[in-house]
Amino acid sequence: MILIVAEHAGGKLGKATLEMVTAAREAGREGPITLLVLGQDVAAVATEAAAVADQVLVGDLPALAQYNPEVWAAAVAQIAREGEANTVLIGGSRSGREYAPRVAVKLDAPYLEDATKLSVNGNALQAQRYTYLARVTETVEAEGPVIVVTVKPGSFAPAAPASAAGEQYDIELDLPTPRTEITGKSVEKTSRVALTEADVIVTGGRGVGSPENFAQYVEGLADNIGAGVGATRAVVDAGWRPYAEQVGQTGKTVQPKAYIALGVSGAVQHLSGMGKSKNIIAINKDAEAPIFKVADYGIVGDVNQIVPALIAASKK
Amino acid sequence: MKILTLVRQVPDAEARIKINGQSVDLEGTTLVIDGMDEYGVEEALRLREGGANVEEIVALAVGPKKVEDALRTALAMGVDRAIHVETNERYDAVALSRIVAQVAGAEGSDLILLGGQEADWDSQALGAASAERLGWPQLTWTNELSADGDTLTGRHDVDDGNEGFKVALPAVVTAQQGLNEPRYPTLPNIMKAKKKELRKDEPSTYSVQPSVKYVNAEIQTRARLNKMIDGKDPQAAAEQLLDLLRNEAKVLA
Ligand SMILES: Cc1cc2nc3c(=O)[nH]c(=O)nc-3n(C[C@H](O)[C@H](O)[C@H](O)COP(=O)(O)OP(=O)(O)OC[C@H]3O[C@@H](n4cnc5c(N)ncnc54)[C@H](O)[C@@H]3O)c2cc1C
Repeated sequence: MILIVAEHAGGKLGKATLEMVTAAREAGREGPITLLVLGQDVAAVATEAAAVADQVLVGDLPALAQYNPEVWAAAVAQIAREGEANTVLIGGSRSGREYAPRVAVKLDAPYLEDATKLSVNGNALQAQRYTYLARVTETVEAEGPVIVVTVKPGSFAPAAPASAAGEQYDIELDLPTPRTEITGKSVEKTSRVALTEADVIVTGGRGVGSPENFAQYVEGLADNIGAGVGATRAVVDAGWRPYAEQVGQTGKTVQPKAYIALGVSGAVQHLSGMGKSKNIIAINKDAEAPIFKVADYGIVGDVNQIVPALIAASKK
Repeated sequence: MKILTLVRQVPDAEARIKINGQSVDLEGTTLVIDGMDEYGVEEALRLREGGANVEEIVALAVGPKKVEDALRTALAMGVDRAIHVETNERYDAVALSRIVAQVAGAEGSDLILLGGQEADWDSQALGAASAERLGWPQLTWTNELSADGDTLTGRHDVDDGNEGFKVALPAVVTAQQGLNEPRYPTLPNIMKAKKKELRKDEPSTYSVQPSVKYVNAEIQTRARLNKMIDGKDPQAAAEQLLDLLRNEAKVLA
């Protein structure tokens, strides 16, 4: 069996889950595609999951109300073992990449991390992944009775529903008690499209000049064209914008259809988070700025002049 | 407490990456201690300086001969001694975690600090895999940490925001931006570091096999249009850009 751990939030199946179903179909490993839904009050998620899988295993327990890496790893490893899974697919989210290595160690399995492509090569499973701050694409492979894989979000097309809905089964789990106490949580809220889901992103860098300019230019343009808002680390470090908006090596990885960079220099650590965007548009007053090397469209100019014109023109 | 910090050596971010045959060739490339591991080393020193009962800080690196330089940097920053498992083999995180767990066991470590993501392999797996081998909890993407007796408290990033946490040692903590500002080693400390112990271990001591095979590497060469628009007339430039976005790239309605 091919075991996929469903990602879901707010009672809805995440896009990442549908992408993993495609990844599983493309990988061509044998066995039924099985979605594992872990959480509390996840009946609606399980029904959504059944539309794309051969079968759905549901662990609906109070102990799963809150994500914890040790608990998730134990649950996934147990089901992989009992179901004799040959492949375990986990989303390449922050949490997925956090507990997947524990699953691999528990199963004594090789781990292919953050795959962007999957294929079978004889007995081995072959994966592509980005390395060196996303400047290199590597091909790696592993063999074994079971292989654990995390799938990079945005790398596979979301799967369409299968012809018949899969059966749902409740499962029993033997879970450890979490040893980490969570003493408080702050959730990043934004009224705009989430960065990782946005088709268009407008990002501001230090060249925007000030927090006030950021609101006026970056948010102003984003709101006009229905885009998400991103920021560079320089801007986040300066306290102009929340960390939640940071794009790059230590921020979010995004792949929108269009990425509009205003006053962004294009440091490698920033490029590693947005370099896979379909179209990159840069406005920078320095014609030598590295961002222009990766841009599809560039304007050499001052954001103070170009962006107001852009906002006005985009209103029409 | 005894702290084990993991140190990797990676190309300097600005260094050009070249491929030779099927893999990345680092010959002649400027190599530095991985920035995120550096946050881990710095945090170990700060825990001690902040009054936590830190008995010893040991740095561990696995890699070729030149990784010594990264360990020397850690020693010059202030760690007490270093262990170098010298090998040219490329171990994946799951394999490497076996070495980490064995060293942590032999050293009696109760806190492991390392970077949240490796700047060369873009992997986030070593901390978690090592924690699982040892049967320890883990806190990843930590940007605030303090120790009181054998209790750690701090904050770390999660999928949809960040969380405050409290955990009893032993534990694995991965470091990231915001945790601290790593210090520069001073000249006297660089001199002192030369006298500190840097033990060499044979990889065979740990009997570890890689579990992932590296097949190929290619530089990303995505052709970009590089169409430049003259910005001298802002109005005209704005109109032209919007036209391209609407009608050529078709990303705006
Ligand atoms: C371990 C590590 C991790 C990192 N992670 C990240 C990360 O996740 N994300 C990230 O973004 N960075 C990251 N960085 C930082 C990165 O190296 C850069 O410092 C940062 O991206 C620079 O931000 P910037 O482009 O906004 O600022 P700057 O480098 O200051 O560039 C500002 C740009 O604006 C232009 N400009 C100035 N005025 C104007 C104007 N009026 N009109 C038009 N253009 C103008 C300038 O020509 C310049 O190109 C990381 C660094 C390290 C060491």
